[in-house]
Amino acid sequence: MSTQPIRFFHQGRVVDVSDVHPTRTVLDWLREDARCTGTKEGCNEGDCGACTVVIGELAAPEAVGTVGGLQLQTVNACIQFLPTLHGKALFTVEDLKRQCGKAVDTEQHGKHAVQCLHPVQQALVECHGSQCGFCTPGFVMSLWSSYEHHQTAGTQPSRQQLADELSGNLCRCTGYRPILDAGQRMFDLPAVRLDTQPVVQALTALQREGTFEYSAAAGARTDHFHAPKTLAELAALRERMPGAQVLAGSTDVGLWVNKQFRDLGDIIYVGDVAEMKVVDERNGELYIGAGASLEDAWRALAQRFEGLTDVWLRFASPPIRNAGTMGGNVANGSPIGDSPPVLMALDAQIELRQGARVRRMPLVDFYVDYMKNKLEPGEFVQAVSVPLSVASRRVRAYKISKRFDCDISALCAGFSIELDGDVVKEVRLAYGGMAAIVKRAAGAEAALLGKPFAQASVDAAKQALAQDFKPLSDMRASAAYRLQVAQNLIQRLWLETRAADALPVEATSVWSVMPHVVAEGA
Amino acid sequence: MNKPIDARLLQTAEAFADYLKNAAARIDVAAEAKAHGDGARVGISRPHESAQLHVAGEATYIDDIPELAGTLHCALGLSPVANGRLTGMNLDAIRAIPGVVAVLSASDIPGTNDCGSIIHDDPILCQGDIRHLGQPVFAVIAETRDIARRAAAKAKSVLTIDAEPPVLTPRQAHEKGQYVLPPMHLERTTNEGGAKAAIAKAPHRLKGSFDVGGQEQFYLEGQISYAIPKEAGAMHVYCSTQHPSEMQHMVAHALHLHANEVHVECRRMGGGFGGKESQSGLFACVAAIAANHVKRPVKLRLDRDDDFMITGRRHCFWYEYEVGYDDEGHILGAEITMVSRAGHSADLSGPVMTRAMCHFDNAYWLPDVSMHGYSGKTNTQSNTAFRGFGGPQGAIAIENIMDTVARKLGRDPLDVRRTNFYGKTERNVTPYEQVVSDNIIDKLVTQLEDSSDYRARRAAVEAFNATSPVLKRGIALAPLKFGISFNVKHFNQAGALVHVYTDGSILVNHGGTEMGQGLNTKVAQVVAHELGVSFESVRATATDTTKVANTSATAASTGADLNGKAAQDAARQIRERLAACAAARHGGEASAVRFANDKVEVNGRTIDFATLVGEAYIDRVQLWSDGFYATPGLSWDREKMKGNPFYYFAYGAAVSEVVIDTLTGEWKLLRADILHDAGRSLNPAVDIGQVEGAFIQGMGWLTTEELVWHPQSGKLTTHAPSTYKIPTANDCPPVFNVQLFEGDNFQDSIHRSKAVGEPPLLLPFSVFYAIRDAVSAVANHKNDPPLRAPATSEAILDAITAVQSAA
Repeated sequence: MSTQPIRFFHQGRVVDVSDVHPTRTVLDWLREDARCTGTKEGCNEGDCGACTVVIGELAAPEAVGTVGGLQLQTVNACIQFLPTLHGKALFTVEDLKRQCGKAVDTEQHGKHAVQCLHPVQQALVECHGSQCGFCTPGFVMSLWSSYEHHQTAGTQPSRQQLADELSGNLCRCTGYRPILDAGQRMFDLPAVRLDTQPVVQALTALQREGTFEYSAAAGARTDHFHAPKTLAELAALRERMPGAQVLAGSTDVGLWVNKQFRDLGDIIYVGDVAEMKVVDERNGELYIGAGASLEDAWRALAQRFEGLTDVWLRFASPPIRNAGTMGGNVANGSPIGDSPPVLMALDAQIELRQGARVRRMPLVDFYVDYMKNKLEPGEFVQAVSVPLSVASRRVRAYKISKRFDCDISALCAGFSIELDGDVVKEVRLAYGGMAAIVKRAAGAEAALLGKPFAQASVDAAKQALAQDFKPLSDMRASAAYRLQVAQNLIQRLWLETRAADALPVEATSVWSVMPHVVAEGA
Repeated sequence: MNKPIDARLLQTAEAFADYLKNAAARIDVAAEAKAHGDGARVGISRPHESAQLHVAGEATYIDDIPELAGTLHCALGLSPVANGRLTGMNLDAIRAIPGVVAVLSASDIPGTNDCGSIIHDDPILCQGDIRHLGQPVFAVIAETRDIARRAAAKAKSVLTIDAEPPVLTPRQAHEKGQYVLPPMHLERTTNEGGAKAAIAKAPHRLKGSFDVGGQEQFYLEGQISYAIPKEAGAMHVYCSTQHPSEMQHMVAHALHLHANEVHVECRRMGGGFGGKESQSGLFACVAAIAANHVKRPVKLRLDRDDDFMITGRRHCFWYEYEVGYDDEGHILGAEITMVSRAGHSADLSGPVMTRAMCHFDNAYWLPDVSMHGYSGKTNTQSNTAFRGFGGPQGAIAIENIMDTVARKLGRDPLDVRRTNFYGKTERNVTPYEQVVSDNIIDKLVTQLEDSSDYRARRAAVEAFNATSPVLKRGIALAPLKFGISFNVKHFNQAGALVHVYTDGSILVNHGGTEMGQGLNTKVAQVVAHELGVSFESVRATATDTTKVANTSATAASTGADLNGKAAQDAARQIRERLAACAAARHGGEASAVRFANDKVEVNGRTIDFATLVGEAYIDRVQLWSDGFYATPGLSWDREKMKGNPFYYFAYGAAVSEVVIDTLTGEWKLLRADILHDAGRSLNPAVDIGQVEGAFIQGMGWLTTEELVWHPQSGKLTTHAPSTYKIPTANDCPPVFNVQLFEGDNFQDSIHRSKAVGEPPLLLPFSVFYAIRDAVSAVANHKNDPPLRAPATSEAILDAITAVQSAA
């Protein structure tokens, strides 16, 4: 098999890399190979944001939220593998001063460029937004992404939006207030915009038909990285190489390499398959391609079910939601993933593909046991779809974790209920974090179904829940807490959705004081 | 689900104030501009000296230094067992891995196998006794960091260990009588019979116990050392450390060198918070031992998980107390036993316990008191310094008592707190017999009580709770008093060097280290002020053991106090020489020469500072100077635990309002108001940054930051940011009113400022007690909530359940 160099746009030019292992991270390449040490390593697992960089991709014509023909997205460089950059642009903190270079004439040196701070950087200086400075480059890049997107849209973020956009960046020094101040201040400084034209030009020239193939020696062995462009190519590859590691957003697989030192062997990367990223409505369903980012998928869900807004915004962090995919979250099958309980409550179907064969099954049937599912060799998750027809159902998602943002759930509940008068006509109560797999609470559902939606039935459901689940104790919560809260969340569902005297969210959620902008746009 | 913000919050304050309002509420820009125009360079909110480098990604941390050719990388093989005896190591299996250059164990250390900072009980590499899960046993040196890490990760398969069950909690250690240091006792008797008698005859008695968790520093830059062998066996170590001189000593001992053969350098740290005071030592030693062994440069940069598994953190504390009090809530007698989780070695546990016992009084006069401090020896990482250094752990115990006493008496906790405040001329002696002569707590609290609208909001909270079935609100005010100086007298000294170059540019070097707190900024301001030059004229350089010798740790909040004074001393000597030179050349009295705004006024003439410097050089005037400072008036009797350990006290107070969910224990900080005493601030923006940062950091300690060790294996299961949750931007309260208290330091501190690093870490007690207040509202404040810290959602729900079942 022939190998091609990894080619991407970096610091004003296209770089060719062909001698690194396929799992070399973008961060290690930057710091050790390119000697661009502005981007920092804080945790090496995508949780602190010190390594935040922005990836630019050529935008599809119909795409929204683009910046001058590019999709700009923050990601954690520490868990992205270098070959996934092929055909894309990499922006780091070193790029910002470059953007506002001014040409000046001096007697000694003739014409040359003097670099000055970008408004994002200048605002951080003026607002005292850095102390130790180690997290700062990551904040700069998250703020820069926000800056470019808002400048393009002609909007400015609220402080709440800024806090949400920065939820993947940890700072241990400032307490964040000055950084949020800088996020406002940067829009009041003279604007400096990314000149996207040379980037678009360079990326356009890099685009090729067919699967990108990259190989590199790993000791005596050679590891291959395949990045197909079409669903058909992907399906064929997967069928031919059932043992290869499927890679999407790398938000979990990256940790296998960085922390567990796993050898992945051959990799099939699904991130370049445009058909896999589709999110649209078809046949009365919301169809979410498995390659759609968590951000796109959850935004689409929250637009249709307002009760999912919190869990969307609390799902990991923007860089993780940009990189991670819905298909990855579902296929991974972690018992503490936040998508499966919500999708189960929505009665989602999962679409599996093997070669040309496509089959569908209810998501609730997909999981067999801890980290085991019904995927057959050579098969992969192609999409999930959520029925939209039932107008009268009430949907809620509740995430319980130690911290509001970017935390793994102690438990996560997805609830859907439909009433006929005050009688429960249909109910789905799905929980993550309560068992070895995400599953529905059969006993609690039975205690409610066909019964008046009243305290007595709720109490019966809470009782039954103790039979449905025997949760574990771990560092996130004790078994007793998990069960008690799982029960109490049914109480909260009832308080919020009962036919009479339903409580407004201001009376049931401590998060209601946070004025989030609810999902809007396409 | 999210909805627009509560209208009441919008009314009572500027919710989500924009940046202009935030700045205006905190800094008097006009007054600062005027002072600056008049030549002042202190009291001015200039940005951090490295801010422009930080935001550009150009600030150099140790891992950013270009590596020398031939640099090798090191990683540590860690014990997979928490307690036991190492009986075998098959290190040849590691040596055989391609790319591995050498594998070292304890027997390869040429000097002493110890990196203990005070007590020498801390092996660099395991000497046979397995003390905690994560203890370094061997060091792998390899061609790349990746190879070194992968090889070191094989520790489990090459170590043979006879395992024993671990002792993990302070309680277990106390029951076994297992300590890293002898117990400490601090007693004060003002009435016959002391604390016991005072408690016995008090109208009311309260007995209780309380748990407060530890806290990981979570400096964003992990521990790192880069060691470069020099000629004649000497060693140069770049180390991310708060204590270069101690690193120098530790490396010298490990390599069997003299101090003059070890050179330690640190330009800046990506955060320290106490975690790089003593505990950077192990890594400095291993890197130096490795570099010495292979005669090549060796870098040791820890992965975050290894950092958590190897290094210690803030001590968790367990308390048992009994107090006697009267109908007003006056504490008449108090007896408390504090047991800390010291970990496997002493490290700084002794000084931490001392500071805890010296802060049990917080802002309160305790007439008869008896304290007992035990540093429990456990099979966990050795706990160490963390911002506050035991002070917060001591003070939170009395705050818990105040809060409970108030509830028992049905009084507002603020009133009970105020009842117990230190007096000005009486009731003003601490249990360790220092007179509190600078007391401003009552004035400061009254000002905050008004500005935060505490009383009206207390009523509003009660009204909300009366009609809210699921959510409950709580509010609390917490005061603080914090002693400034090292308890060990001789640490309170500092040196500095100031160089004025012939072009008029100035370089300052001092013994303190920059970890983000703005020390270099403040010291450079002091020098600029003294010499009457612009900020830009003064550059601070890396802390370096070859420049200023025998430095103290940058700790105990004393960095600016000590090093600012030393730098001022150096700059003043140069200024006096320049003034003499100017008077000799231009006439007039040397004492009348004025330096301001880069100009020198002498005998009616104004000349540029740089011009005078040029003239002075021609006149052979020494244009550089050393400076020295030692804090006056300190004393401490370690045996009796009495004396005058603190130069002065810093004060502050905060009001926090929270809402909790009685179904899940979830909570949210709605608003915080802070008034903090930084004396005559050297740099208000930097000081406010310290106050706000400490508040959010301390809030994390008391709420979301939970450390969990597996009860059987002893493995720390919260060992990365995925499992250990420090606050994010959304945890910053929407309404955050922060101000510095107007006032001078009564002592002759550097420009009458006060230390500001650690004291504000006590401000978020207000968050914890607001949560407790909200929990207590569940049963109409009839039952005292048994709330532990950290108040995770689970801890809150447990306390709610307890309050409900007691009702």
